[in-house]
Formats: sequence, structure tokens, C-alpha cells
Amino acid sequence: MNFLRTCLVLILLAAPAFAQTEDAFTGLASNDFDAISAAITALALSGDKQASPTIHAIQDEALYAAPDGSLLIKTEPGYVDARTGAPVADVVEDDLVGVRVNNKVRRAVDAALGSLDLFAATPDGRRKAAEAVFLSRDPAILPALSKAIAAETNDRVRVVMRQAQAASQLANPDATDAERLAAVAVIRAKGGLEAQSLLGSLRDQTPAVANAAAEALTALARLQQLWSLVQSVIYGLSLGSVLLLAAAGLAITFGVMGVINMAHGEMVMIGAYTTFMVQEVIRARAPFLFEASLFIAVPLAFLVSGGIGIVIERGLIRFLYGRPLETLLATWGLSLVLQQAVRSLFGANNRDVGTPQWMSGATEWGGVTVTYNRLTIVVFAVLVLAALMAVLRYTALGLRMRAVTQNRRMAAAMGIRTPWIDALTFGLGSGIAGMAGVALSQIDNVSPNLGQGYIIDSFMVVVFGGVGNLWGTLVSALTLGIVNKFLEPIAGAVLGKIFVLVLLILFIQRKPRGMFPLKGRAVEQ
Amino acid sequence: MASIRHWLRGIGLVTAAVAATSIMTPQAQAQTADTIKIGILHSLSGTMAISETTLKDVMLMLIDEQNKKGGLLGKKLQAVVVDPASNWPLFAEKARQLITVDKVAAVFGCWTSVSRKSVLPVFEETGNILFYPVQYEGEESSKNVFYTGAAPNQQAIPAVDYLMANEKVKRWVLAGTDYVYPRTTNKILEAYLKSKGVAADDIMINYIPFGHSDWQNIVASIKKFGSAGKKTAVVSTINGDANVPFYKELGNQGIKATDIPVVAFSVGEEELAGIDTKPLVGHLTAWNYFESINNPANKAFIAQWKAYTKNPKRTTNDPMEAHYIGFNMWIKAVQKAGTTDPAKVIDAMVGISVPNLTGGYSAMMPNHHITKPVLIGEIRADGQMNTVWQTSGTVVANEWSPYLEGSKDLIADWRAPLSCGNFNVVTGKCGGASK
Repeated sequence: MNFLRTCLVLILLAAPAFAQTEDAFTGLASNDFDAISAAITALALSGDKQASPTIHAIQDEALYAAPDGSLLIKTEPGYVDARTGAPVADVVEDDLVGVRVNNKVRRAVDAALGSLDLFAATPDGRRKAAEAVFLSRDPAILPALSKAIAAETNDRVRVVMRQAQAASQLANPDATDAERLAAVAVIRAKGGLEAQSLLGSLRDQTPAVANAAAEALTALARLQQLWSLVQSVIYGLSLGSVLLLAAAGLAITFGVMGVINMAHGEMVMIGAYTTFMVQEVIRARAPFLFEASLFIAVPLAFLVSGGIGIVIERGLIRFLYGRPLETLLATWGLSLVLQQAVRSLFGANNRDVGTPQWMSGATEWGGVTVTYNRLTIVVFAVLVLAALMAVLRYTALGLRMRAVTQNRRMAAAMGIRTPWIDALTFGLGSGIAGMAGVALSQIDNVSPNLGQGYIIDSFMVVVFGGVGNLWGTLVSALTLGIVNKFLEPIAGAVLGKIFVLVLLILFIQRKPRGMFPLKGRAVEQ
Repeated sequence: MASIRHWLRGIGLVTAAVAATSIMTPQAQAQTADTIKIGILHSLSGTMAISETTLKDVMLMLIDEQNKKGGLLGKKLQAVVVDPASNWPLFAEKARQLITVDKVAAVFGCWTSVSRKSVLPVFEETGNILFYPVQYEGEESSKNVFYTGAAPNQQAIPAVDYLMANEKVKRWVLAGTDYVYPRTTNKILEAYLKSKGVAADDIMINYIPFGHSDWQNIVASIKKFGSAGKKTAVVSTINGDANVPFYKELGNQGIKATDIPVVAFSVGEEELAGIDTKPLVGHLTAWNYFESINNPANKAFIAQWKAYTKNPKRTTNDPMEAHYIGFNMWIKAVQKAGTTDPAKVIDAMVGISVPNLTGGYSAMMPNHHITKPVLIGEIRADGQMNTVWQTSGTVVANEWSPYLEGSKDLIADWRAPLSCGNFNVVTGKCGGASK
């Protein structure tokens, strides 16, 4: 019994000793996510100078706990003690355990950084902090927020801070109804989905506030309805531009030359793999060029796919002119061979094609989110089509191509080497497909099956637009894209696609030559 | 006459192409009396090659390993690899070839329920054994199939429970590729959510065609659905390939895991190896195994795998662990039965228990499914998973979902005297070998 008592006394004596080393940092090394989140919030409020770098380190997953209880931040030159900011030498990396992070911890980090960065030096940093506060809606932040608003010099940032203040006010149990109504008005003026989400959560407030919120919500929802129409059009244009890119090459090989090229999708796939190879080389040799990798990949993809196209034309297709069925079968077989060849060469797995920084993220146009990668593809598709038209219209090669396709024998009689022109035309179509592959590598999987997903759509676009007519291809790609995007929300992605196909069949029944059929004797033959 | 010749030439080209693809598959031809043959039925070409090639490799490694230990019953094991080329009817054809021509003792293979349903009649007719290593929708139990992947209650339902308890999710988007696994899983999940008091308005179900790549509308509608003032999560049964553009679009439209988390059942380390994972950090996956699991058995397995494939970057994943468990179970069952005769091995299988790679044991239950722990992981920036939650023990599979009208009264028990895959406990009748 005595022994037990001694133990108890010892433990009691020891307890304060432990408590001394306990500080806001200790909880970060915990195994329990709730404890870590609580520690982060406490640390942010503690006013400790090291709070900001430590919490930033958690965000970057660069904070580690050492066995002796110290916390280390991994930085470029070496490890730094989180509590003091002093560099630490002789760290045994194997003993370190990363601070555990889950979504709850991440939310705590975002909220903590919001409160810490409200007084950041750059307006951009302050705006981001205010946005984080808007999402975390922590009433404890209100005093700091008022101070920040009073000190703010940038008008735009102040607006965001006011919105954050309104959001936090609505979560504040001590706020008066008048304050809340004012807050609802601020949120209503902000608009957008985040505001709707916030207003939607106010159903259990006092009747006056709940009514104002409901009213604001209906107004915003009505606006949202309008925006969703605009959104469908923009998304349709974006899908249309992808279809246009995929089909532009086919408009040449199938539309102008009349070759049913089932391996067209594989030309696209080869373009995408060229992008992958370019990025691999850049990553290994010249990482600083990464942002420009796509600009390098576009001409290379054109050359590689175009070159392979010429080989295919010389080696296979030229024996099959005028026999559409055999061409169909042979090119289909060729597409299988190419797919399996790529699979054997690169493996069956998807290849990681990176997105340059300038193509990541999105911009808000009113109520519509437009992603930069899609926007870039729209511009690229327009440029490719314009370049293609210019080649056909203004260059000697274009002139010969048109001459050969319109009247082969007459062109030959004029001294044009028609077989050579055939090869170049096919190469041009394939090269365009390769360039489409560069763009598609940004939005789709780079795998051996990449091309299969686009071949049917491409044929649809060319047939619908009118064989042999590039303007028709443009109009038809955009039309199909927009119709698809309007049907998708109503009918769902699967049924939407089926509807488009049915509409297309009905249309072809009435106008077998597509929207813009070519006229003239050359077509009649 | 000339046109016929050209037709033939065209067909010849195509046949040559197809032949070229099938020649590339290594086919073990040698045949001796003192070997035991094991069939490997995984696609090495076509769309499913992306996932299945790895499983073929892991089987070859396991067989190699067993041979180094002295084989089985004093005989060497020999792998017979065939390529069903992601073509469902071809799966049945190749399965029949393995069983009747090559006379294999067991088959390890298939991925996707369509391929399994296609070979099922062949196995039931010939009495051979199939080990199916992938998570699936349940609602099946065959005498001849051992399901080493997860049933819905070993993956989907615990994931939903986790989101309800830890993320306080009130609104649900069930998004999936349009085929049998997502449709059945979502039917089960919808019934389960409703039984937990979730209103029909708070569930959005969305199906997407195979290989869908234009996600703008769907992601925008998820965003809109998620802005109703209630915490929203996406439960994704989207099939492998379409996931990459989906996650890219999520990242680009600024939907973060802290706002609307996505929990996926078909995204593993293998799929993540081909993506820039930074925008995905914090999104969830539910599996029964992660490569990042820290224990000696898993470390040894990973080291062996990297050495076998001579590629230090190769990842391991859940279906590989399923084959690891299935293969070791089969070895034990053969040793217990003292023969490779499928009928006797099937009887010996139930009750066999082997170590899994997560630090516990998995046992073969009478319903021909195995017990598994369920892990919830968050995707890390390096493409690995961070286990954030796991069941305290292993979970027994509900092959017949208790949440569906048609199956809640059914059980499977392949032990004598019941020996039935869909026994109705209310009527007391066995509905047949399988449905």
C-alpha cells in the first residue's frame, strides 16, 4: 500500500513537469485528427511568431515530429525547429514521422491561415485569407476582421473582407437580427454558388433572417438559371472545339481524299504520345522549358503523325484507292496494330502528361466557371482550322491538292505528280490529327485507347457537316457540341449521346450529303 | 472475281493484325506429367490491359515463388497464360480452352463483372475453380467461384459510414460508369442511405458512358448540387480510365476535397501513377489494401514485386493483394485435400485462413467470399494513400445485400448439407446454383 502511495505521489509530482513542456505545438504530433485540428486552431490564436510558418508547413506536408518531441520543418537547405525557427543539424530522417493530415486538419489549416494572413503584406495574400475566412465562418475571428477592414487600403480586398465578415456574423450566436439581416444583404450582393450554399444553411435562424435568406436565395437561383443557359452554350462551344480538332484531320483524309481512315484516332493518339515524349525529355534535360512544352510538342506531333501518315499512304492506302470497303477493313486492322505497338512500347498504363501552370485553374465569368485548359483548346482549334484553310487556299501545295481531288486526270495532264500529292495530303490530315493529340493530352488519358474514343465522333462531325467542306466541319462540330451540352443536363450523359445520334441519323436521311454539300461536276462523278 | 480477291486481301490484313496481337502473349506450351497447371485469364490487350496486365505479372511471381519453395504436392507449378483481349465472349472461349485443352487445376482471372458473368457457365459446367480478385457488386455466389475482391459491404457501405460520421455529409452524389457494377452498387447505396434517413432530394444519381472525357457539365452540376447549404460528397463508381479527366475537371473548377470530397472505389495506386495527383490531395478511396500500409509482410511483398518486375517504380494495389490471398488459400486447400481435383479442393477451401498484407488473417467463408479489413485512405501528393480510418477487425462479406428487396432473404452456404448459393431463409428453398 505504501508503495502504491509513493507511486501516486511520484506521478503527481511528475505531472507539472510534463505540463511545462506542453505548449500549443505539442498537440500537432498527436495521432488523433481532432487533437491536431484543435492544436492548429489554438496555435493560430496563440500569437506565437512561429505559428504561421508551422501551419504553412502542415499545409505543404513538410512538418515532422521527432522522437524527442520536437517538431521539425523540412525546408530547402535543411530542417528547422518549428518552435524556435532555428536550424537543426544531424537529423535522422528515418526516425521522423510526418504530422498526420486529413480533410478535417486541412480545413483547420485553411481557417487558421485565414486568420493569420489577414494582415499579410500583399493584397493577394489578404484576399486569399479573407476568402478562407468566408468558408470557415468562425465567429472568433470577427474582432481581427474588423481591425483588418479598418486598416485595409485596397478596395477590392475590403469587399472580400466585408463578405467574410458577413459570413462569420451569421455564424455568431451573439449577433442581433439587424446585424444578420445586413449580413444576408451583403451575401446576396456577392452572389454565386458559395453565397447560395451559405444562404441555404440559414433555414433554422429567426423568421426574419430566414425569410430574407430564402428571398435572397430565390433571387440568386433565378439568376443562376439564366447563367446555366450561358454555361451550356460555353461548354458546348468547348466540346465543339474538341470535336473540331479531332475531325479537322479527318475532314482532309476522308472529306477531301475520300479515304475511310479508321486509324485516324491512332494518329491523334500518336500526337498525344509525342507530347509525353517531349515532356519526358524536358523533365530530364531542361526542366525550365516545361511551361513551353506544348509549344514544342505541337510542331513535333505534326511531323511525327504526318510522317507516319505518309508512310501509311505509300505503304498501304495507295493500293486501295476507290475500294472503300477494303480501305475500311485495312485501316481498322492498322489501328489495332498501332494500338498494340504503342502498348508494347510504352506499356498499357496511362502516361502522365503534365499541364503547364498557365493552363491550370479557371476563371469566373459571372456565374460560369471556364477552365483555362478548355479555353486554350478553343483558341487552338480556331487557329488550327484557320491555318488549314490558309494552306489549302493560298499555298501551291493547297492548290495542287484541290486540283487533284477535283479532277485527278486533268491535274496529272497539267504536270502535277498526283501520287506524291496524295501522300502529302494524307500526311497533312494525319499531321493535323497529331496536333489534336497534343490538345487532347491535356483533357483526356494518354493511353493506347485514346484514339478509339474520338473516331466515331470525328466521322459524325465530317458527315454531318458535309463531306469535303471545312466550313461545314466547323459548323457541324460546334452544333453537335452545343446540342450535346443542352441535352446532357436534361437526359443524362448516356441518353444525351443516343439522342444526338438519332437526330443525326434523321438528318442524314433528309440530307444525305450533310449540311453543306459540295456542288459541281466533280462531286457528281 | 477480282473484287473477291480484294475482299480477301482486306480480311487477310485484319486477320494478320489480330494474329499479331495474339502472338505477343507468352503461351506456355511445354507439358509434362509432373507439373500442375494454373490458368491465368487476364486481358493483355484492349481496354482492360491497363489493369489486368499487372495481375498476370503478380500471378507469375507467386507461382515462381511457390516453385522455389519446392512446388506443390511434390510437383512443379506451371502457369498457362491466355489473352482474352478485353473481349467478353472471348473470356468464355479462353476459359474453356484452359480447362478442357490445357487441363488446368484452377484459373485466376477476370476483371469486371461482365467478364465474370461470361465465364460463369463454363466453370459451372466443367466444375473447375475461378478466383475473381476484384471488388464487385455482390448479388452472386457460385459454387465454382471464389470471390477474393470486396462485396459492397466490404467497401462501399463502410465508406459511406465514414463520410456520414466524420465529414457529416448530408447530401450525396452517386456517380458511376454505366454498367452493372456501378448500377447495382448505387442501388444498394441508395437503399442504404434512405434507410439512414437521407431524403430522396438529397441524393443525385448520375451515369456516364465508358471512357467519358467531357466532364464540364457534370462537375458544374455537382458543384450546384453541393451549394444547397448541406455538406455534400461524391461517391464515385467511375471506372478507371474516365477518372483522370474527372479529377482534372474537379481540380480546375476549384472543387477541393475539403469542400466536396470524392470517395472512389475503382481508383488505386496503379491508376494514380498516370496522373498529376496534386489537385486530388484529400479525396478519398476505400479499399482493403494500400501500398502505403506499414508492416513487415507488406514490405516484403513490395520488395519482392519490385525485384521481380525489375522496376523500382511499380506500384502494388488491392486486386494484387486479392490474388496473393487467393493463391495462398488455394495452395493450402490443395495441401489439405491432398489433390488438385477441383471438386475436392472446393470442399477444402471453406474455412482456410491465410495472412493478408494488412497485418491480419483473411478466411474463406461458406459463401465463397473472404473476410477483409476495410480501409479509408486519403490521396497523398505522391499518389499513395494515407489511411485515415479502418475497421477494427475484418468484415464478412454480404454476398446478397440486406438492403435490396430481391436479395435480403437470401444467403449462400456451400457447405453440405445446404450447399446452395441463394438459399431463401423465408421460404426455406434453394433457388438454384446461382442467379
